[in-house]
Amino acid sequence: MSLLAVRGLEAFYGDFQALFGIELDLDAGETVAVIGANGAGKSTFLRAVTGLLPARRESILFDGGPIGGIQAHEILAMGIAMVPEGRKLFPSLSVEENLRIGAYRRRPGPWTLDRVWSLFPRLAERRRQPGTSLSGGEQQMAAIGRALMSNPRLLLCDEISLGLAPVVVRDLYRALPGIVAEGTSLLVIEQDIGQALKIADRVYCFQEGRVTLSGDPTTLTRERIAAAYFGA
Amino acid sequence: MDWVQVVIQGALLGGLYALFAGGLSLAFGIMRMVNLAHGDFIVLSAYIGLVIVQGTGMHPLAAIPFVVAIMAAAGYLLQRGLLNRVLGDDIMPPLLVTFGFSVIVQNLLLEIFSADTRGLQTGRLLTASLSVGAGLSIGWLPLITFAASVAVIAALQLLLARTSLGLAFRATSDDRTTARLMGIDTRHIYALAMAIAMGIVAIAGILFAVRTTFDPAGGPARLIFAFEAVIIGGMGSLWGTLAGGIILGVTQAIGFAIAPGIGLLFGHLAFLLVLFARPQGLLPRTRMEG
Repeated sequence: MSLLAVRGLEAFYGDFQALFGIELDLDAGETVAVIGANGAGKSTFLRAVTGLLPARRESILFDGGPIGGIQAHEILAMGIAMVPEGRKLFPSLSVEENLRIGAYRRRPGPWTLDRVWSLFPRLAERRRQPGTSLSGGEQQMAAIGRALMSNPRLLLCDEISLGLAPVVVRDLYRALPGIVAEGTSLLVIEQDIGQALKIADRVYCFQEGRVTLSGDPTTLTRERIAAAYFGA
Repeated sequence: MDWVQVVIQGALLGGLYALFAGGLSLAFGIMRMVNLAHGDFIVLSAYIGLVIVQGTGMHPLAAIPFVVAIMAAAGYLLQRGLLNRVLGDDIMPPLLVTFGFSVIVQNLLLEIFSADTRGLQTGRLLTASLSVGAGLSIGWLPLITFAASVAVIAALQLLLARTSLGLAFRATSDDRTTARLMGIDTRHIYALAMAIAMGIVAIAGILFAVRTTFDPAGGPARLIFAFEAVIIGGMGSLWGTLAGGIILGVTQAIGFAIAPGIGLLFGHLAFLLVLFARPQGLLPRTRMEG
């Protein structure tokens, strides 16, 4: 059974419809990538899954139970954590406090401060500094660590490569398999599809609020992805 | 005239102003919400204290925990049931709603208690003083008020810096949406912040009522003093609020010592001077820090 099953998900900003019947499945232990151009509805999709946007209750199933439209703080407590686009570290909290706030709901599991420090040793050296004094890559590590501190069953990563140097992006993506190995399933959203396709078991391409392509990235040709991505 | 004595009296009065301002500063720091009924809630607390003291015969200072519990519960319900619904990107709705509350509280108090001035009698404590040598003496009541003010602000600072709830307050103050993604029920956090703010209002209300007489129309003046202390000290900074209260108290006391009619004017002038020379306040902090 799917850990996350999305069935005919629609989402709106006021009168504007942003998602039109999204269908998506993610099994436990899987890494799924959602790719698409700017404005394709990827971030809207994450906002609906995390409870920041209203959705029909039955249109999102987590571990078999309907969760569409449930309050964001309850969704986190069920085990879905998000690394938001643009990192969104809390500016008045130190690096360590940012991580500790991730553990606010005290979900049990393998991830602790010490485990995050060993995953990202550079953060440990800067634990007392304000989160916003870090470099972009370090901020992204802190944002990932903060989400892990809630011991999620499903980790959603919104554009973690955005605005970072390729070498930094490569380092971040190297950390992801270790996270999956601890039992967390992964859904990554990217405009830059190179890294995402390398680690994904399955890929979904969004265009204008609809899924235009899905499948195993090793069997999809560049041409089909390009057509689904840009429209043809 | 003994100026040292005047400055000491003023500084101790500043402790009361800091208590007036503490709840206002907390609510603004965490929710970016200005509560225009703040002064009326201080006066309301004084009347609740009056009812408890008249009903039970207990000492006014002993009634403080009960008034704190009542006001904190009322604050939680007010935030959860009403103010959370009007908080948003627009600052006007909460201003209008709390302004309405100000009118309602004043008129309810007028209806129930009449316009007569009331007081809470503390017996010998009102006039008891501590002699500190060199001809200086300090009243016990102002000293207790000042100590309560320092204790409240230190406790708030500890709460914000050291506890999980304090972290949640600061995170919610920084970025409400991301705080929700951390599993924080921000409506509950706002209501808890208002409960704490109203608990401080209750302490301020009783300490105000044992110092001087009060009547239903006294709220807006308390609100002005609270605003002035917050702005002199710097928005959202708790120790700054204490400093602001002391500066306000000392300038008022100096004014009163020069001529009884200009004491309050002196306080307002000090406020305008700070606003002119240093509009961000003495210890500005745009966000709640630990």
